Amino acid sequence: MNLFSLLGRAFLKILSDCGGIFLFFLKSFIYSFSPPYRIKLLIKHMEFIGVKSWLVVILTSLFSGMVTAYQVNIALAKVGSQSILGGVVALTLTRELGPVLTAVVVIARAGSAISAELGSMRITEQIDALKIMAINPIQYLMSPRLWAAIIVLPLLTAISDFVGIAGGYVVGTFLLHIDPGLLTARMVDMVELKDIMSGIVKSIFFGAFLVTVCGYKGYYASGGAEGVGRATTEAVVISTVGILVSDYILTTLFF
Amino acid sequence: MITIKELKKSFNGLEVLRGVNLSIPEGKVTFIMGQSGTGKSVLLKHIVGLLKPDSGEIWFENKDITKLSEKELQKIRRKIGFLFQEGALFDSMTVKENVMFPLKEHFKMPKSEMEKTAEELLSAVDLLSAKDKYPSELSGGMKKRAALARTLALRPQVVLFDEPTTGLDPILQVSILELIKNLKEKYNLTCVIVSHDLNLAFKFADYIAFLHQGVIIEVGTPGEVKTSTNEFVKKFIESALV
Repeated sequence: MNLFSLLGRAFLKILSDCGGIFLFFLKSFIYSFSPPYRIKLLIKHMEFIGVKSWLVVILTSLFSGMVTAYQVNIALAKVGSQSILGGVVALTLTRELGPVLTAVVVIARAGSAISAELGSMRITEQIDALKIMAINPIQYLMSPRLWAAIIVLPLLTAISDFVGIAGGYVVGTFLLHIDPGLLTARMVDMVELKDIMSGIVKSIFFGAFLVTVCGYKGYYASGGAEGVGRATTEAVVISTVGILVSDYILTTLFF
Repeated sequence: MITIKELKKSFNGLEVLRGVNLSIPEGKVTFIMGQSGTGKSVLLKHIVGLLKPDSGEIWFENKDITKLSEKELQKIRRKIGFLFQEGALFDSMTVKENVMFPLKEHFKMPKSEMEKTAEELLSAVDLLSAKDKYPSELSGGMKKRAALARTLALRPQVVLFDEPTTGLDPILQVSILELIKNLKEKYNLTCVIVSHDLNLAFKFADYIAFLHQGVIIEVGTPGEVKTSTNEFVKKFIESALV
């Protein structure tokens, strides 16, 4: 097989996956408006994706905020602008780090689990069993998860922003000895509502994206236990890379 | 009750079904026999719309199942139950929750009534004592019985069984088929059983159909099949009765 053939196959696979993922999202979204409305499942998945992720999100954001403050301070010290440290850290977190880190944490903790669970259901014919019982499997398995992620990711991102900024504040005041008043004043001066909202809007997109990709890979898994493992790995890789790429695109659209 | 006409299906260029014609009579037990890998399960999955054929028709209640949309198929699937080879029980639910699941989805009834119905069905398959166990705690035979109870919860007219006795010891095989026969009488079911065990088919079938090289080559009562002149059927019977 020559190089062009390999590249062509890879390109077709990517195109097919993109189309499949988009259609899967549309089905999950549209079916959510047809009864029965699965409120209990929605709450269950919100708990799984959100409540069980908050501690990891807090830990990740806290240390990211702290290390950002530390590194940014080194750069700012070179041009004598340490006074704007608070603003720079807050902007970095609300615009980029908050939503992206939260999404990556949720992919690692919940996205991989969704992919593995649906993959396991696929290979043990549980998804076919749902069909046989006249239940729409996408409406049952995906629609509540989609809305759970859309609702929960912005909340987790807001927590991440707050904790990350707090981490930066602690490092700025206690370790780098920057005046706390100046630190917070620059934060208030430099961060606008638009900065916070852009991160929140990104997180809504990331939530829908990661749950669709992870669900899609699991739902169409094949090839036994090995196939489920492969689907889970692909789900994590595609959704993580997809979030970083789409973050860049969304940033250029917002600013 | 179900009529299959010229059903064809290929996978990656390999012809599995090459024009299947078969009528499944109402209220009877029909066995579909054949060697492993001849497409018996594929045929069964077409009947319930899990697979779409390349061409051909499957008629049930004056409707061609192969032409129905997914939404229309849902109505048909409430009337045609399917018992998967491994049971396909939901592993996050107990046996009783598995049986209650289709009731919750399709019937508006109080929880107490749902529990009562589930327990009645579990009694019918002699599995009430295991109602609070999870599928991973059940043996192969128990899983099949639990899946059968779940299938019956929707009160189907037809039940399709995909190799219900595979992997079970001879005593359990007979007990599962006796159970199917009893439930057939009790709930007035039409049963289609995919199997390659001819001894069991002779004992429990009203009709036996042989699938070979993608087509049905023989259909008849066990007595008729025993006197078949078809070379493959004769060879199959000789091999099975050795």
